[in-house]
Amino acid sequence: MINHNSITQKVERSLKKRYLKEKLFKAMGFASVSVAFLFLLILVSDITIKALPAFVQTQITLEIELNTEKLGINQNSTTVEIKQADFRASIRDALRKQFPDVKKRTQKKDLYSLVSIGAEYQLRDLVLENRAYLGTTKKLSFIADDDVDALVKGVIDRKVEESARRIKNFKLGLIEDLEKNGQIEKTFNWSFFSNGDSREPEIAGIKGAVMGSLYTLLVTLLMTFPVAVAAAIYLEEFAPKNRMVDFIEININNLAAVPSIVFGLLGLAVFINFFELPRSAPIVGGIVLSLMTLPTIIIASRSAIKAVPPSLREAALGLGASKMQTVFHHVFPAALPGILTGTIIGMAQALGETAPLLMIGMVAFIVDIPQSVADPATVLPIQVYLWADSPERGFLEKTSAAILVLICFLIAMNAIAIYLRKKFEKKW
Amino acid sequence: MTISAILFLLVLLAAFSFFMGRQKVHAVYLKQRQNSDLDVRLRVKFTLPKYFGYVAALWSLVPALLVLMVIEIVDEPIITKQLTNYMVQSNINIEENFDLYLNEIQNLDVNHIEGIDPAKVKVFEKFSDLNSIASTAKSVVVLALAILMTVFGLKKITVDLPARQYFEKAIEIILLLAASIAVLTTVGIVLSVLFESIRFFGEIPVVDFMFGTQWSPQTAIRPDQVGSSATFGAVPLFIGTMLISFVALVVAVPLGLMSAIFLSEYASSKFRSFAKPVLEILAGIPTVVYGFFAALTVAPFIRQLGESVGLSVASESALAAGLVMGIMIIPFVSSLADDVISAVPQSMREGSLGLGATKSETIIKVLIPAALPGIVGGVLLAASRAIGETMIVVMAAGLAANLTVNPLNAVTTVTVQIVTLLTGDQEFDSAKTLAAFALGLMLFLTTLVLNVIALYVVRKYREQYD
Repeated sequence: MINHNSITQKVERSLKKRYLKEKLFKAMGFASVSVAFLFLLILVSDITIKALPAFVQTQITLEIELNTEKLGINQNSTTVEIKQADFRASIRDALRKQFPDVKKRTQKKDLYSLVSIGAEYQLRDLVLENRAYLGTTKKLSFIADDDVDALVKGVIDRKVEESARRIKNFKLGLIEDLEKNGQIEKTFNWSFFSNGDSREPEIAGIKGAVMGSLYTLLVTLLMTFPVAVAAAIYLEEFAPKNRMVDFIEININNLAAVPSIVFGLLGLAVFINFFELPRSAPIVGGIVLSLMTLPTIIIASRSAIKAVPPSLREAALGLGASKMQTVFHHVFPAALPGILTGTIIGMAQALGETAPLLMIGMVAFIVDIPQSVADPATVLPIQVYLWADSPERGFLEKTSAAILVLICFLIAMNAIAIYLRKKFEKKW
Repeated sequence: MTISAILFLLVLLAAFSFFMGRQKVHAVYLKQRQNSDLDVRLRVKFTLPKYFGYVAALWSLVPALLVLMVIEIVDEPIITKQLTNYMVQSNINIEENFDLYLNEIQNLDVNHIEGIDPAKVKVFEKFSDLNSIASTAKSVVVLALAILMTVFGLKKITVDLPARQYFEKAIEIILLLAASIAVLTTVGIVLSVLFESIRFFGEIPVVDFMFGTQWSPQTAIRPDQVGSSATFGAVPLFIGTMLISFVALVVAVPLGLMSAIFLSEYASSKFRSFAKPVLEILAGIPTVVYGFFAALTVAPFIRQLGESVGLSVASESALAAGLVMGIMIIPFVSSLADDVISAVPQSMREGSLGLGATKSETIIKVLIPAALPGIVGGVLLAASRAIGETMIVVMAAGLAANLTVNPLNAVTTVTVQIVTLLTGDQEFDSAKTLAAFALGLMLFLTTLVLNVIALYVVRKYREQYD
């Protein structure tokens, strides 16, 4: 009796401690989840904050005199002639006219560097579109240089003393004069979405990378989807239980866990050095990524096929359909939403992949926007990598903006996958 | 004739055979279906006329395609051989590399052959001749075979042919081929890294590579410079990789495991349905984004933090890269742990709770020991993922191969070195690029062993409770 009581007392005495431990344990679990959430929050907000300035562009409005004599062209000139004309001089003339006091060489250099190097091409394209501008004087806006851009956006602090500031007092004076005249304005940065890559941060855009990603994904999709579906159907529906099929299955599961960079080595050794396919081309990138995503899509497709209830198969077989007819007429359509969801998720994975594409030379600096799967191209994640490596400060915001665009694409793809799953998911 | 023209004709021919084949049995098929004899009626019902068409199309397509493929593979070596023979016969000697010479010949323009070495022009003419002969022969052989097979196939088609079974067997073979591509990929990976590695080990002894502690792949331009010969001792890389992976696992395993436990055992279903997808987002963010974040935000932050307590932290510290990598693999660990914990039979949970244990005691003393093999498998998979991760370390870890285990120093990893060795513009055959393949082989083998063990452990564990 006494024994019994003492045990009860012992248990009761320890209860408080045990409940405390319980609470602590639960709190630790919650804290773990919170840490992960917090990190995600910090990551996303950090990148968004860094990216926002990239969507705004500083423009400088100048009064440009398009003197036909100085340019050596007129309204009837051919496109080639206009392309050869010296528009840089027109812009410089306009700047000198605005600031007639600037005489010293170094000061002139500062003056000319207010607008971007790309401004002359901007002017050229404008003239090509509107030949009537020739011979007139127009007020036109030009992209500002990245330093000016940074100053106007407040990234470069004007109050810092001159020696520690990237923009010196003289140039700052010029910019402030322009601001007083209302010649500096901030607009939405459309050129970020319509330009190719550039060494100048203010005119660098992501269109080349987006198109490259698109072509690469297209190749990946066309190559992976049929093969993955066929493989999944075979393994789920037709494969006999034997050694060879076991071996294939082990292979697929292993491939899913092979580091992506190893696929890049495969691409380099086999497709570029052995088959001599072009370097940096989306077609090679697409093939490498399709080999990489193949196991993912096979595994997803298999579980979609497995989820189709046996009763469906039995009904079809019972009505006299052959095995092949059962699979292609009944099982495959029923599994299709699941297969598509898996495919989209695999494609999203391929879109974010960088390392294997570095290996096959898609890391080159390419200004032109690719026109086909065989043109040299780069893809969005590699554009991020390239810009992140650039020393110019202006690329920091561009990098973050490119990341934001990439993440938007990924979210869109995943949203489509979730929508498909919700819409077509059947509870058997 | 170009390949695409041949393919187009083949497809046309196949379509023709399809219609002919179907037509051939159609009349008989209709007649037999109205036959009074049940046996005859049943026989045709098993096979629709279109299957005869499919079989006929396969007859005209498959042999021709196979032959075309073989010819495509062998024709270039044969042309080269013929050309060499011709050159020997007509005493044309070349000083340059034969491959380069051949390339030049191939790229010669017919309209601009004035002023070029007459011998070369002769070789070029021979080459064009051979090429056109080969091309004609290819078209003739393939198309003749296709027509022959079409006739043969159509002849074989009778209403008694088990056409559907034939056709379905063909489809099954195609499906099997698709499934075998995974095997082909593995073979491709093994062969490509193995061949280049063997060449590398021909120049650098295996022992020097595996146990050398000095890694400096740069070869100096002048022989008398400091460090003129490159050394390929990979130990610093292995240690660096292990250090960063270790940091990553120290972050990911406790956080991932506790998250999984909290979500599966404590959280309300509402919270779970919100939290699980959010955790999955962490796995879906491209690694290059983590790399950017690690290099530009986390590393400077850790550096400042270290300096404020008087520690000197490298700006590309292993800690920053490992930390961010750890966060990246949290969902990986947590989803695997979730799987294995929910596979523990409910009766074990209830038994423990029934004896008066609290929830946490049940988890620590019953669930985790029972799920341990599965958890270990998950951790191994996470480790293999961390070892093979590339972009985070390329962007946030250093390039200098320091032999250190201090996570505050900069280290380099196997993947970083593969990327740096292969992204420059250099000769493909130099020891530098070959070294990348040797590192790739090491990486592939390590992750393969980890994966095989992990998959085996997880499978055995699943079977235990099935």
